Amino acid sequence: MTKLKVDGNEIEVPDHYTLLQAAEEAGAEIPRFCFHERLSIAGNCRMCLIEVKGGPPKPAASCAMGVRDLRPGPEGQLPEIFTNTPMVKKAREGVMEFLLINHPLDCPICDQGGECDLQDQAMAYGVDSSRYKENKRAVEDKYIGPLVKTIMTRCIHCTRCVRFTTEVAGISELGLVGRGEDAEITTFLEQAMTSELQGNVIDLCPVGALTSRPYAFQARPWELTKTQSIDVMDAVGSAIRVDTRGREVLRILPRVNEAVNEEWISDKTRFVWDGLRTQRLDRPYVRRDGKLQPASWQEAFGAIKAKVDATAPERIGAVAGDLVAVEEMWALKQLMAGLGSTSLDCRQDGAMLDPAAGRSSYLFNTTIAGIEEADALLIIGANPRFEAAVLNARIRKRWRMGGFPIGVIGENANLRYDYTYLGAGTDTLTDVARASQGFFDALNNAARPMIIVGSGALAGDNGPGVLSAAAALAREIGAFAEGWNGFNVLHTAASRVGGLDIGFTPGTSGKTFGEMAAGGVDLLFNLGADEVEIAPGAFVVYVGTHGDRGAHRADVILPGAAYTEKDGTFVNLEGRAQVASRAAFPPGDAREDWAIVRALSAVLGKTLPFDSLAALRRDLYQSHPWMRTDRIEPAAHDDILRLAERAGSLGDLRLGSKLGDFYLTNPIARASKVMAECSRLASADKLEAAE
Amino acid sequence: MSQIAQTVRSLFLVEFVKALGLSMRYFFKPKATVNYPFEKGPVSPRFRGEHALRRYPNGQERCIACKLCEAICPAQAITIEAGPRRNDGTRRTIRYDIDMVKCIYCGFCQEACPVDAIVEGPNFEFATETREELYYDKAKLLANGDRWERELARNIALDAPYR
Repeated sequence: MTKLKVDGNEIEVPDHYTLLQAAEEAGAEIPRFCFHERLSIAGNCRMCLIEVKGGPPKPAASCAMGVRDLRPGPEGQLPEIFTNTPMVKKAREGVMEFLLINHPLDCPICDQGGECDLQDQAMAYGVDSSRYKENKRAVEDKYIGPLVKTIMTRCIHCTRCVRFTTEVAGISELGLVGRGEDAEITTFLEQAMTSELQGNVIDLCPVGALTSRPYAFQARPWELTKTQSIDVMDAVGSAIRVDTRGREVLRILPRVNEAVNEEWISDKTRFVWDGLRTQRLDRPYVRRDGKLQPASWQEAFGAIKAKVDATAPERIGAVAGDLVAVEEMWALKQLMAGLGSTSLDCRQDGAMLDPAAGRSSYLFNTTIAGIEEADALLIIGANPRFEAAVLNARIRKRWRMGGFPIGVIGENANLRYDYTYLGAGTDTLTDVARASQGFFDALNNAARPMIIVGSGALAGDNGPGVLSAAAALAREIGAFAEGWNGFNVLHTAASRVGGLDIGFTPGTSGKTFGEMAAGGVDLLFNLGADEVEIAPGAFVVYVGTHGDRGAHRADVILPGAAYTEKDGTFVNLEGRAQVASRAAFPPGDAREDWAIVRALSAVLGKTLPFDSLAALRRDLYQSHPWMRTDRIEPAAHDDILRLAERAGSLGDLRLGSKLGDFYLTNPIARASKVMAECSRLASADKLEAAE
Repeated sequence: MSQIAQTVRSLFLVEFVKALGLSMRYFFKPKATVNYPFEKGPVSPRFRGEHALRRYPNGQERCIACKLCEAICPAQAITIEAGPRRNDGTRRTIRYDIDMVKCIYCGFCQEACPVDAIVEGPNFEFATETREELYYDKAKLLANGDRWERELARNIALDAPYR
């Protein structure tokens, strides 16, 4: 710890702090453009100038000077800095005047207007007029992809975007070319950016040079209603802010949650909102004479009741998709219990995870923040770059600190960090476990090793075998210690952990999703599962939001609410229960899914014991108290050790991610024009690379 | 004493004569009323009447959809939707509605406008038979601008020295 005085107030800060951070700690506000807590220090905007006592007779850039660099006074007095002297004021005014020389006065047409750092700081620290009379500089706009719009004349060359792509996203796609007045930010030869985290440069840009293309000119920040919510595009559960005007969601921004997403979100999370408007189911439908026809809720419920009455309980089943909240699954599970059926499944990808094996057998036990403490990593059958883009950024952050060997079994893909490729098949996993692979030593020597098993590797008959083998390997390399659990399952669906937590899985003599979809049931309640084929024959009741695959196969469609239109609990892959809040209302006759299940239960004569979401949650919390908070319950190691004992056949499989197209993984994304464009560009890139 | 004075005033019809004098004075004074609608009173350049959306001399719309007028409007009478213009992608309004029934004619919109696009003109004769006609859309406002452009430009020029 270092002691210093800021504006006369004595404070003590950690040694690695910069003067800017020390001043913030002391409560003094320092304007800045280029400095960002999560990026390296550039020191090129010069806005953070302060006065250092005893230093050179000129202001110092507080972001680029550490507290350790300060010298004490001649009689050993504490080093002193000032943030509000006339010298500092003059320096700031001068810097602001220089910045504004080439910045256009187009705030009224700029999308950043109203939430612009330059605008705010020019008001707070600038002078009221300019002395510059010459022509302003103009820079040609660059095309850098369908997501980020550039107005390069506005750029003040803080290079936050360059540092973000290089450091966090892990691909040097943006750069600064030229010097002085000729400096320009550009991609190489006007290529589109390919990073799946590129949307974050929009938030990072302190001016309006990089703005969101789909959101261009849509709204002003002061018109928007902001709702704090949780993302469901992947299982990470990133904290987001949903901005709405009227009924429409206009944009999605990240919120800071150090434990989960820091302040990044993936492009799918950020730009999926246009999919919430198109292809929506806004009224119930019933299939008559082979065609889906609009119907009233009564008619739809009547059709379901007729079918339920005519079906034996063991021929009734229910599945839950990837985007549903815990509350809906809980309600549907109660309803199925009332109907006497045990055929439930929330694992539409067929991942062989069993809640009976204990909670820690299917969680990301290390936790996302815990990745930063790990010192070796083995990834089995997963592609975290696409399955959990923000989590991958965390792995990259740890990798950049050094001393972090990473091994991959599965797809040999570009993960934005270097790794040792071990092989693709289950035989490689056996090799590593038998220590015949060199990488075993790296894991074994690590004090806190991590193993990540992708849910794609756990699908199919050999899934339990792969899971046990991974657990056995984790035990072998000492991944379990006091306060450390290195066994992790990487889920891809937001609903999966919640579903497993409440036991939305086949009960005794219940059928799995595979069996149900293959014709094991005559009546199937499909709660938003779109990514699977259901064999002809079964009567399908689809509760969902979009006219996607699930709706096409359905015999009765009940329109539900998307994740921005309902209050719902989502448990992320770490086992952290987080509540998403309603930002808009579902379209037309659509209702919140739990309410649909509740209403249906009354028609079927199995009335569920709750009339409100609060009552439902009380019911849920009684048996699952950890859903009440967003804290993670530390999971026990014993479950995984038991799992390791369980022998299963590994088979001879190629392990890999089963995610498919990153931009089109769920019905909302498939309805989105922006996602379709991204997917088209990404596949074009892939083809080009193959040639 | 007052009894006598009262009697004399009544006897000589003093009040009648005074009243007649007053009438005669006003009879020969110039008239204060105007023969509306054939004559109209003078209107200040700062008069805040019916709204208009102006164009540049080359015919291009001035409004850039910055939404400052919408933001400042205390009666929330203005509704704007913005979007890229079809030919060059610049920021323009797709929709610009003013609810003239809600409007309180405070003039904040023209104060807020950075490009002098929305102005309150000298026209005060826009009464309608139905309420619906007072929900102005972009076409109506632009038509107003075209019709009143000469007066609007003159008023702005006259008021410029005081801004």
